[in-house]
Amino acid sequence: MSETTNTLTGVMSLSLTKRFGPWFFLAIGLIVLPLIFSSNISVYTMNLMGIFIIFALSYNMLLGQGGMLSFGHAVYFGLGGFMSVHFMNYVEAGIVNLPVFVLPIFGGVIGLVFALIIGSFSTRRSGTVFAMISLGIGELIASCSLIFVAFFGGEEGVTGDRTMGPVIMDVDFAQDIEVYYLIAAWAFITIALMYLFSRTPMGRMANAVRDNDERSEFIGYSQQRVRLISFCASGFFAGIAGGLFAINFEIVTEENLNALTSGVVLLMAYIGGVGFFIGPIVGAVVFTLLQTLLSNYTEIWQLYVGVLFVLTVMYVPQGLTGILAMHGPAFKMKRLSVLFVPYLRMGVPTLFMLAGISGFLEIMHHVRSAAVGETSMSLIGFEFDSHGVMPWVIVGVLAVVGGIVSKTQLPQMKDAWETANAPMDSNEGASS
Amino acid sequence: MFELVFFSLLNGIVTGLLLFMLASGLTLIFSMMGVLNFAHASFYMLGAYLAYTISLYVGFWFGLIVAPILVGLIGAVVERYGLRHVHRWGHVAELIFTFGLAFLIEEVVQFIWGKETKAYHEPEILQFPLFTFFGQEFPAYKAFMIFISLSIFIALLLVLTRTRIGLIIQAAISHPNMTAKLGHNVPLVFMGVFGVGCALAGLAGVIAGPALGTFPGMAVVLGSIVFVIVVVGGLGSLGGAFIASLIIGLMQTFAISLDYSVTDLLNLFNISTDAESALRDLWTLSLPQVAPILPYLLLVLILIFRPTGLFGKRES
Amino acid sequence: MTSAIELKDLRKNFGPAEIIRGVSLDIKKGERHAIIGPNGAGKSTLFHLISGRYNVSGGSVSLNGENISNLPPYEIYRKGLSRSFQVTNIFPRMSVFENVRCSLMWVSEYKYSFWHLVDREKKLNVRTMEVLDEIGLTSRQHVPAGVLTYAEQRALEIGIAAAGGAGVIMLDEPTAGMSHSETDQAIELIRRITAGKTLVMVEHDMGVVFDLADRISVLVYGEIIATDTPENIRNNKAVKEAYLGAESEDA
Repeated sequence: MSETTNTLTGVMSLSLTKRFGPWFFLAIGLIVLPLIFSSNISVYTMNLMGIFIIFALSYNMLLGQGGMLSFGHAVYFGLGGFMSVHFMNYVEAGIVNLPVFVLPIFGGVIGLVFALIIGSFSTRRSGTVFAMISLGIGELIASCSLIFVAFFGGEEGVTGDRTMGPVIMDVDFAQDIEVYYLIAAWAFITIALMYLFSRTPMGRMANAVRDNDERSEFIGYSQQRVRLISFCASGFFAGIAGGLFAINFEIVTEENLNALTSGVVLLMAYIGGVGFFIGPIVGAVVFTLLQTLLSNYTEIWQLYVGVLFVLTVMYVPQGLTGILAMHGPAFKMKRLSVLFVPYLRMGVPTLFMLAGISGFLEIMHHVRSAAVGETSMSLIGFEFDSHGVMPWVIVGVLAVVGGIVSKTQLPQMKDAWETANAPMDSNEGASS
Repeated sequence: MFELVFFSLLNGIVTGLLLFMLASGLTLIFSMMGVLNFAHASFYMLGAYLAYTISLYVGFWFGLIVAPILVGLIGAVVERYGLRHVHRWGHVAELIFTFGLAFLIEEVVQFIWGKETKAYHEPEILQFPLFTFFGQEFPAYKAFMIFISLSIFIALLLVLTRTRIGLIIQAAISHPNMTAKLGHNVPLVFMGVFGVGCALAGLAGVIAGPALGTFPGMAVVLGSIVFVIVVVGGLGSLGGAFIASLIIGLMQTFAISLDYSVTDLLNLFNISTDAESALRDLWTLSLPQVAPILPYLLLVLILIFRPTGLFGKRES
Repeated sequence: MTSAIELKDLRKNFGPAEIIRGVSLDIKKGERHAIIGPNGAGKSTLFHLISGRYNVSGGSVSLNGENISNLPPYEIYRKGLSRSFQVTNIFPRMSVFENVRCSLMWVSEYKYSFWHLVDREKKLNVRTMEVLDEIGLTSRQHVPAGVLTYAEQRALEIGIAAAGGAGVIMLDEPTAGMSHSETDQAIELIRRITAGKTLVMVEHDMGVVFDLADRISVLVYGEIIATDTPENIRNNKAVKEAYLGAESEDA
């Protein structure tokens, strides 16, 4: 009986530090980040990250929490953006008098409304068919957006001015850093709300329907109703993310509704790890970095992202967060240090191999697409002639040697992993 | 008016048959393996590009034969080393994999061939008008497309229903475990069917490339329509896919050629509209404008009134 | 004595195949009723018809006097009928604790609430612990249900079905695949957990059947050939004929 009460107390009253600690650190982190990374490009990137974090988390309410794969989630994001930018223009025209920072709410509301309409028939099916329906609806609305010019602004989209709202406490949102704190505040609120949602009866049943939709019906829940509510909540938060996008960039176009954006949010959530609440956060951060930083160094960054995505799906379906979580047991047993040297021995040759392959692709790309006569290219600071033989030889050697050496290091890596994860004593709840 | 209907009918059939070539491969793969190949239209694109490159060196006809085979081989490799690996995590994972594959193939195509539209033309021997009706010409190449499409279907039908391998495939579709226990190499059958499905898509690309254009976005344009066809026709039903392909092909072609708008309809009832109202887009809506979204509207209607599709099998 | 479940000329066809051909049965409230029969007789199909998984092709099913034919499973559950499955049908990625808690949520009036936090709901969590205790899985509560041993999963399966306090509990081969000692424990669990309720059970293990059942119905080729007390069934000629030649499970 004491075990019962102990576990019960455990469930219900985690110590205050455990319960509120992460949120406290998140808040502090959000406040402090722009002080550390203060350049314009950093603030720009962080703003984009914040928007994508909310967007990807909303997507994971469907995929990771609810087991629903959607190829058309950008619809709610885009609609939220359009609604918010229209309200921005109403504010500017004096029709309504609202501070800019509440505008994302309208984005959320239209996301919710459309999710309700579309979800009413799309959530009747699940799995593959649901995915195809979401694709079709996404295309439908994206195509409609080019037809209904009044709301969607046609090919140029709709623009707005975020500085036209009432000035509160000297803030008129002219500067990106001011928008940063707006996004950060909204991010904190929505992350908290989405997390809390997952801890409600509805959130628990979403997991149950994901695991076994049929059985859910036999414990009293309509699987369609559960999916619909998840769908609506997800549309709501996606709409908020869209509204923040509208405020940040002051323009919303058909691109924000289309299949590419839907694909990007799937990619972000998946790379981060759909099985964890923070997975999409990790994925959004990584993808934004790839998009903003990597694109400065190489023209074929999208190719790299594509390869990364396919490799993730095939070999690391639990995502980046999953890889981190895999180290959990070793961390608890304080055996992480065992892995340090093996990781180096395996990691360095692998890095060389990747550098070689990437260099190969870069040179090939340059040879094929650079203007005629332009033969010099630069790669991580080195300038060389892409039509010469030497560069090819170098990257070839890097790739091949790196690959071979990595392969030889594989066994010792595996051994180290086993050692790090070997059970300490009996007593763990190992399945009998 | 009559020649409008006549040519729209012909063009609609050309489009419909082309769509069916894609949808049939997709349906075969889905029926067999339960996975909806998101990258199907990407293999279509590969077919067009490979045929283009081959035709640069040895001519169109060589490309017509070799390109689909190449695409089929690539498909088989993808199945063997990619899809089979992901299979253990279920259908959602397979779908995400094929989605990633579609994205990757598009990037690879741009990497290898560049972003511009390729000058992939039909062979000179087919560059003549087959007949002229009321002053409008019907290109021989389109007749060629109809010919190839129909031949493939007849061949497909015959193989599936009259040959031994066809029977094995049909068995493996509904009862893979039992078929394996009877000694048939089911993984090999899977690989073969996936390869053939992709080859069909590649063939569609080979013949469509000159007509519809060879550019990196060609997969996206057709891809979503093909999925709509498969859902509307009923997942797993070849007959349904055929009917749905024709319906959508005809629907779109007619919509593009009949330039009527909502205003025209309202004028019939003597209702006039305000050209400046916020709903002005709705009143000036014309059929050609709506043509791209008609397939998706059909999808929504089917989903509401007949969720398993026109000829779909009920999910157990 | 009122009837808990009443089947009137129940029929089920799959295409041309008649699986259930006119079953009429009256299960009394508080009774422990076992349904036995050779493989392929249609026992699981009968369960699916009653619990809402399949639609009926003919006849009717009534629960506590109310017609529940063709209602969706969740409505039947809400009216007080709960079932377990022959092939373990749990929520594999959720912990054992969560599995049980989910099965309690509807009957605890939470419905689709997204304004309560389950971790703070004292009564819900206390009741979950009680059920865990009853099915003997308290020590495994944080383990993902998918990694439990087979017998543990069967216990969880029964727990999920019975936790909600339904008045009528249907168990589909609860002891399938269990060893002798595991079966004995299962019998005790079933006896405890269905005390005061109506129990309908499909079983192959004759030992379990004769231990628990008040009455037994024998289903052969979609028809009930006999309904009687265990003693009379044991001596029933038609029942013996039905089992001779067909495979009879060892007790």
